[in-house]
Amino acid sequence: MEARSLAARRGPGGARPFAVLRAHAGAWSLIAVIVALPIFYGIKDLSSGYQAGVMGSHAIINHDLSKLGGNLVQGISNGAIWALIAIGYTLVYGIIELINFAHGDLFMIGTFVSVGLWATFGLTLATGTLGLVGGLLVVLILAMLISGSLNVLIERVAYRPLRNAPKLAPLITAVGFSFILQNVGLLWRGGSPQGVTDLLRQNQTVFHISGVAVHRADLLSVGTAIPLVLGLGWFISRTRSGRAMRATAQDPEAAQLMGINVDSTISLTFLLGGMLAGAAGLIYALYETNVWYFQGFEAGLIAFTAAVMGGIGNVRGAVLGGFIIGIIQQLSDSRLGPQWTEAVVFGYLIVIMVLRPRGLLGEETREAG
Amino acid sequence: MNELLAQFRDWRDAFVRRRNRIVPSLPPWWQRALVAVLIVAGILLPFAFTQTSGFLDATIRALAFVVMALGLNIVVGFAGLLDLGYVAFYAFGAYCVGWFGSGFFFNAHVHVLVSSMTETIGIHLNFLLILVCAVLITAIAGTLIGLPTLRLRGDYIAIVTLAFGEIIGVVAVNGTDIHLGQMTLTAGNLGISAVDSPYFPGIGKFDLLHLRPWYWLIFGIMLLVLFVNLRVRDSRLGRAWVALREDEVAAVSTGIPLVRTKLMAYAIGAAFGGMSGAFLGSYDSSVNASQFEFSFSIFVLSMIIVGGLGSIWGAVLGALLLSYTNYYLIPDVFNHLPSTFGLNFDLTDLSFGIFGFVLVLVMVLRPQGLIPERRRTLELTGGRGGDGLPREAPR
Repeated sequence: MEARSLAARRGPGGARPFAVLRAHAGAWSLIAVIVALPIFYGIKDLSSGYQAGVMGSHAIINHDLSKLGGNLVQGISNGAIWALIAIGYTLVYGIIELINFAHGDLFMIGTFVSVGLWATFGLTLATGTLGLVGGLLVVLILAMLISGSLNVLIERVAYRPLRNAPKLAPLITAVGFSFILQNVGLLWRGGSPQGVTDLLRQNQTVFHISGVAVHRADLLSVGTAIPLVLGLGWFISRTRSGRAMRATAQDPEAAQLMGINVDSTISLTFLLGGMLAGAAGLIYALYETNVWYFQGFEAGLIAFTAAVMGGIGNVRGAVLGGFIIGIIQQLSDSRLGPQWTEAVVFGYLIVIMVLRPRGLLGEETREAG
Repeated sequence: MNELLAQFRDWRDAFVRRRNRIVPSLPPWWQRALVAVLIVAGILLPFAFTQTSGFLDATIRALAFVVMALGLNIVVGFAGLLDLGYVAFYAFGAYCVGWFGSGFFFNAHVHVLVSSMTETIGIHLNFLLILVCAVLITAIAGTLIGLPTLRLRGDYIAIVTLAFGEIIGVVAVNGTDIHLGQMTLTAGNLGISAVDSPYFPGIGKFDLLHLRPWYWLIFGIMLLVLFVNLRVRDSRLGRAWVALREDEVAAVSTGIPLVRTKLMAYAIGAAFGGMSGAFLGSYDSSVNASQFEFSFSIFVLSMIIVGGLGSIWGAVLGALLLSYTNYYLIPDVFNHLPSTFGLNFDLTDLSFGIFGFVLVLVMVLRPQGLIPERRRTLELTGGRGGDGLPREAPR
């Protein structure tokens, strides 16, 4: 309420170049910007066609939407991973207003732990289906617990002592821990990307939907992410601890007055965020079959963009943002080349910030104006 | 731990008491004399080291980082605009040297006040002209990056500037795909190499076997930037920045022009980054796209936060501390420390981790920074947690 009246009072005060633009631009313009890319490439595929393969000496040019469909499927499955990481950002930002720079690197540690664990359990390509599924479930649970505990530990050491410090101090300790975790990863698996066993044979096609192949990897990531997200949603909205989390996010002091233990609620938030990052780590390892210590940094920036796009502090927004960023990323990877993807994703981020800083589903805050 | 801190506090109090007793007995010109002595000491410092010493090299880099930190301190410290994309200005500054001081644009043949030994192809301007170009280009870039952030606050500004910094980095890496006639925009990860060293008529051309002239050049730039910083802080503009930082609504209602004041902060801060970037590009004698990474922005930001946000001397101290740690202590001095304990690795393998650990430690022990700004200290002791950025965003 206060935020809204504040914005109204500021009104036409200073000359703001984007004020006119933004006055007419709401969520719709943002949605228009987001769907522009798939629609553009869809029309392009239909009208001028794309090269589907080479037969003999001449290229096969197709005029249909199946390439776009493939991009969308892969985008969604990739986006499921970003969504899981983005939830960690959004939960933490919602409750203590900290951009947790160490979160991406926590995800990287989650990947390394998962790969280490499945090697310890002796899971190989020769393992039978039942053993594989059971083993991976155990790995998933352990990776989640380890990442979650690590996140709680980081909060205890680096953020809790700074609860009343200037706001930028915890940002710097977050960066510090990001570097520490990266160094751990660097010592653990060296400085260059490493291939890991393709346990699930992720590239095998499971079925086709009107000409679009769906691979095992796609089913894996969406099939793991959706139950986790639903479980988290249930936890936050239905349980007593979830209600404490929401209350603390709204107003820590009032929550404390109501008898909520704010410190343990914040720890719980870090635990949940870390657990989802650990799950994302395992999915990433199975999906990409390729790990390195710097993956967390890149993934962190992408997932953070997703959280902002959905509206930071909002869990549903983070999931939606994750899927959208995944699709944008796939389109850019397959049409413009992966080397430009980062620039495209961040270009989108700036457009969102100009058009609608609170994101797709976020509420108006004073910072977002 | 607490006893140790108490002991330190005792020592500090004793030091302050002694200083307070001595200061009134000094003649009134003692501060100016001190400044003069410090400057002379700074000028004479390189004579204590050989021309190629590692310490001198680290000092040159540290001074370049002091310039960067002073620039970022204007944006983040004075004006309260959290900028996570400062690497963009390093990139622009360095590319100014790459473009206007090398054979990179091989179709052009421009020579202005450079030594007669310079290769014929490419654009070759005198280093001071390049510095002016860098200041102009980065100031314009800073203004452009500032524009979309005008209505935003706090962390949202951080996000937009971060995105810009990353985009500039990606463009630098992939600049080989962007064609200007037969030439490309950047040389990507291969780097624009063999960049001209500064040349001044009468002095001659700098080279990397004689580090002292480089030191004096960056020391001069640093003094200039420091002087501008001190003067701007107390000017009308500087007070306007602080007012905006503390309360934007109140500042605007007292008639401070919001757009101009904020954009001035971005432009001036960026210009200093550009100067330092141009110097570093020339000193490295190559401009390589892989240098322009996000961690660079974080490195400079850490300097000013560790030093004490908004405090000029804090920025200087933080920059010296962190860059000596990174460029001298870890790689040169303590690198073989683990092997003396019989451990089988070099300290450089741990440089990330050590750096991160130092950041965490300094912040946890002294969250307000090593030399906090006086205004902030007053606020902190006055019971308000003011760091310029709003702590609580009402929803």
